[in-house]
Amino acid sequence: MLLMSRLASLESRRGWQVFLILLVLTIVLVPVLNLTLPPESPFHVPTYMLSLLGKYLCFALLALSLDLIWGYAGALSLGHGAFFALGGYCMGMYLMRQIGTRGVYGNPDLPDFMVFLNWTELPWYWWGFDQFWFAALMVMAVPALLAYVLGWLAFRSRITGVYFSIITQAMVFALMLAFFRNEMGFGGNNGLTDFKEILGFNIQAQGTRIGLYVASAVVLALGYLISRFIVTSKLGRVLMAIRDAESRVRFLGYSVTNAKLFVFTVSAILAGIAGALYVPQVGIINPSEMSPGNSIEIAVWVAVGGRGTLFGAIIGAFTVNGAKSFFTGAAPEFWLFFLGALFIVCTLFLPQGIVGFAAQMRARIARKATPAPEEVGNAASKHRA
Amino acid sequence: MATFMAAFMIAGLVVCGITLGAFAASTARADAYTDAIAGLASPGFAEKAAAIEALGRLGDSRAIPVLEAMADNQLYTRKADGRLVTGSGGRDITLTDAATGEALGPATSRDLTRINANNAIRTAVGAAVGRLQIGDPDPAKRLAAAETMVRSESPDTVPLLRDALAREQVEDVRAALTLTLAKLSLSSADPGERLTAIKDLSSRLTPEVRALVTPLTLTKPDGTFAEPDPQIRAAATELLGRIDTRLMLTELALNLFQGISLGSVLLLAAIGLAITFGVMGVINMAHGEMIMLGAYTTVVVQQAFREYIPAEFFGLYLIISIPAAFLVAGAVGVAMERGIIRFLYGRPLETLLATWGISLMLQQLVRAIFGAPNKEVSNPGWMTGAVEAMPGMVLTYNRIAIIVFAIMVLAGLAALLRYTPFGLQMRAVTQNRSMASAMGIRTGWVDAMTFGLGSGIAGVAGVALSQVGNVSPNLGQGYIVDSFMVVVFGGVGSLWGVLAGAMTLGIFNKFLEPYAGAMLGKILILVFIILFIQKRPRGLFALKGRAAEA
Amino acid sequence: MLRASTAPDTAELEPPVQATPIRTARQPAGSILYLDGVSVSFDGFKALNNLSLVINKGEMRTIIGPNGAGKTTMMDVITGKTKPDKGDVLFNAEVDLTKLDEAKIANLGIGRKFQKPTVFEHLTVFENLELALKTERGTFATLFFHLTGQQAKRIDEILGVIGLGDRRKEKAGALSHGQKQWLEIGMLLMQEGQLLLLDEPVAGMTDFETETTASLLLEIARDRSIVVVEHDMEFVRALGAKVTVLHEGSVLAEGSIDTVQADHRVIEVYLGR
Repeated sequence: MLLMSRLASLESRRGWQVFLILLVLTIVLVPVLNLTLPPESPFHVPTYMLSLLGKYLCFALLALSLDLIWGYAGALSLGHGAFFALGGYCMGMYLMRQIGTRGVYGNPDLPDFMVFLNWTELPWYWWGFDQFWFAALMVMAVPALLAYVLGWLAFRSRITGVYFSIITQAMVFALMLAFFRNEMGFGGNNGLTDFKEILGFNIQAQGTRIGLYVASAVVLALGYLISRFIVTSKLGRVLMAIRDAESRVRFLGYSVTNAKLFVFTVSAILAGIAGALYVPQVGIINPSEMSPGNSIEIAVWVAVGGRGTLFGAIIGAFTVNGAKSFFTGAAPEFWLFFLGALFIVCTLFLPQGIVGFAAQMRARIARKATPAPEEVGNAASKHRA
Repeated sequence: MATFMAAFMIAGLVVCGITLGAFAASTARADAYTDAIAGLASPGFAEKAAAIEALGRLGDSRAIPVLEAMADNQLYTRKADGRLVTGSGGRDITLTDAATGEALGPATSRDLTRINANNAIRTAVGAAVGRLQIGDPDPAKRLAAAETMVRSESPDTVPLLRDALAREQVEDVRAALTLTLAKLSLSSADPGERLTAIKDLSSRLTPEVRALVTPLTLTKPDGTFAEPDPQIRAAATELLGRIDTRLMLTELALNLFQGISLGSVLLLAAIGLAITFGVMGVINMAHGEMIMLGAYTTVVVQQAFREYIPAEFFGLYLIISIPAAFLVAGAVGVAMERGIIRFLYGRPLETLLATWGISLMLQQLVRAIFGAPNKEVSNPGWMTGAVEAMPGMVLTYNRIAIIVFAIMVLAGLAALLRYTPFGLQMRAVTQNRSMASAMGIRTGWVDAMTFGLGSGIAGVAGVALSQVGNVSPNLGQGYIVDSFMVVVFGGVGSLWGVLAGAMTLGIFNKFLEPYAGAMLGKILILVFIILFIQKRPRGLFALKGRAAEA
Repeated sequence: MLRASTAPDTAELEPPVQATPIRTARQPAGSILYLDGVSVSFDGFKALNNLSLVINKGEMRTIIGPNGAGKTTMMDVITGKTKPDKGDVLFNAEVDLTKLDEAKIANLGIGRKFQKPTVFEHLTVFENLELALKTERGTFATLFFHLTGQQAKRIDEILGVIGLGDRRKEKAGALSHGQKQWLEIGMLLMQEGQLLLLDEPVAGMTDFETETTASLLLEIARDRSIVVVEHDMEFVRALGAKVTVLHEGSVLAEGSIDTVQADHRVIEVYLGR
């Protein structure tokens, strides 16, 4: 009951309208345009575009998860790629078990790469992944556990700021090295791929693709609402207070460790779910998802969109990944220049990202229209800059 | 007059006599030699073997090429005159008289009959050549001889080797002689000789000796000991024990050396970071790219030397590369600091992201200029080669050079910080910026120079790292996480901490590697550091108290 | 949450041997804060040297001392930021503060105002007070917290006390220095602590603001214990409370402002020989 009333009060009515319109646009309009219009129509959404958008939706959820811990609690995790990839691997393991005897070696239990390595039985940590519910549980539990343990170690010792960033980066680096090893039992270098079906549906089929796309959109919407619920709660204000003056929060009697641990774990779960939705859409998961560079890139999505605003994280993920798709098609050698410049421009000129910039512009226009004497919120943000 | 004549005649006779005697002796030896050479063409293998052994015993080194030709199936009789010849070359064979060494011109295989050799013959040849070479003035030949003589089955080989050992001065040859001697004696039927052999070996604690002695302590399939004499068994067991201890120590020393060597690489990679991160508090994610720029500067300088400088000065390119890399990386560092980083002071996370952006751009820039594939950098002559510090412990010169270089860089930097006005200003600015500014120090300039210094040192590290690894646009990425780990582990802001951190991690890594493998070792280290920070959140050499919280 | 340890009997077992010039009560009974033989050193530098101090329930105490006398370190020890090398720190004569962390100590009812005003600049004045409001501090309780009408009224009340009623919706970062000081005092009031520690509450205030603050403190001192660290002698005089002089990490003198100011050792310390 409380939940409902809180969610209802989350947004102004206009906010809800925008949210619902966007949701309907993404989950109804795009698939309809894909299915009903002939390919030559200018409004037709080709299936590859649908898959691309599905990928972006997963990235948006990932960006959202990082924004929770970075934008609100002020702890920049450079290891979110690990949670994303772990969720992805859990889903990948389920999809591998679904291949069954259709693999190259036709072994009913062992995935091809295990047969290739002359393994004779399934390692214990693969048990249960033939069940979707178990895999789905692990998609959340594994990243959550890692985040909880790492977070407990880090936050308890009051590792903050760049130290936290470096530790999380080292964590993702170590995991990447570990997953590169064949002996780990996750397919080594090649990772998990050649999936056939998910929940009985052919993974290549157009219907499945649309289904995955819609699922991603719905989950992103849910993730947004959950995050929104957290950041507008008093806990959200505690997190922001931690971001501003961590030790002061302790003297008010709040456990900074627990608050951060909570949001870090939630964030890891969201990232894991994003990874789990991503893997069936791209058809592969391998250790390169855990390269430190990938994890840092997530931070730039959030920074571009505007950290500390949930909507900004989503916008940022779409903008940067859209640019990436454009560049890899048009001028691949310039993509890294562009990305690098984006990092610099954002930090130097757009500390609040696109959303912050837009708000500033709006405020400026409003001020020009009516020379308001009490432009208080603006004064505060200027004070910070 | 008569007296004079008599004296003259006597003198003449004496001279004649001496000459004649000498001639006679020479002919006699020549005869034995010629006979033995001729014996090589005997029809039976047994006779051939006897002739080979005779040649070996004669001690005339002229026999060596003939015997070696025989072992290579290049000893022939010429059909035309039955002369024994050695030949070289494939289709057109150049002939040499076997007995006299006289050149006989070309021939074809149709003119010749090959003298067949089998493996028994080759073994005999090896032993005979060994015997002949054991007295060779060239130590390398003597060493080879000592090793081939193991195969000699002749009973007088042992006294010959003992004799050679008594005269031998060169340590390596002595070792080989002792080993051969022991091998031969250990297969002797006389228990006393076997025991002596083990005693002879007691100062030679090498893996070869271990392989040699181990069979003595084993049991045969029927349960009896391979060595019947318990006294010899005991001596062998004792020797094995000592060898194992020594080998363990050698391995330990080798691991230590490799650990220190890896530690030096880490140290070089992290020193610059100790300045930019440790002193200035700037998280420079492009630090690895500064190293990479230094390595590419080395590539360019090397290329310039190849093209414009005479080859004999090529080895100097490395010396020139060091200041060049310092300037290139330092200049890029100063540009970065003035252009971007200075606007981000006090915002470490933003600095981290911006410098990551710079690193991406620098990588792509280098890729655009030099291409993505690895660049090859050749070590200068004085850095190739190795020294064997202990038996089984080979230290390559390039590793030693890196260790020395890393320590020099560290010492130089420590001196710079401590004794120069710039070092003083730098410390002043980091401790109290506004105060330093009030005293007329140009803090902006000091910031730029400090950052340039840290970047320049990273560039210098790149010169060194180009000597031990590949030079590619991704070079820096491989070092960035490690460098940060070193600085975090060692304690931020302390050069000693960086030294201790780098060495600890390097040695730790090398000792873990044999058990855990390179990758798992790395993972364990990362886990270790994460746990370590629990206990000492500010590193090994941390500042304590209020100063640390500023 | 509140882990009340059994009252340690060290005070009885170990009669204080160290002869500090002034030692007041030696029994923790009846005290709100009891420090005995507390020492803290940083790399050999003794910030606190066998410090003993007793604050009684309902008492207001001002602490003065030259720079480096250990005033801030003492606050750090009481609030759990720094662990003492040795010595006892008891709250309410029974809770051993050296075993607890900052959050637990704060939840016992010890509030602290920092030397440099620290408010949450990106939250509004109202939100700052809301965070300080005495409620369940658990993470999930905080997540599902809902402000009741009564609590909102309480915040309004405090807003009135600190004179920031009309700025409640402004970001705290936009306040003036003095207003931030008041906001922080307001946050202490919201915490409803039994013991308030105020580190230089009037630093940087105008004379008028200082006077207002003094009367505000006297007002709130009625139903709680307060320890004020201050340099401003006018302000100390205005508070009219008992004064403790710290020097080199231990108590140098104690008494009324006039007694203390007449003490030759205090004069020596402040003016130098």
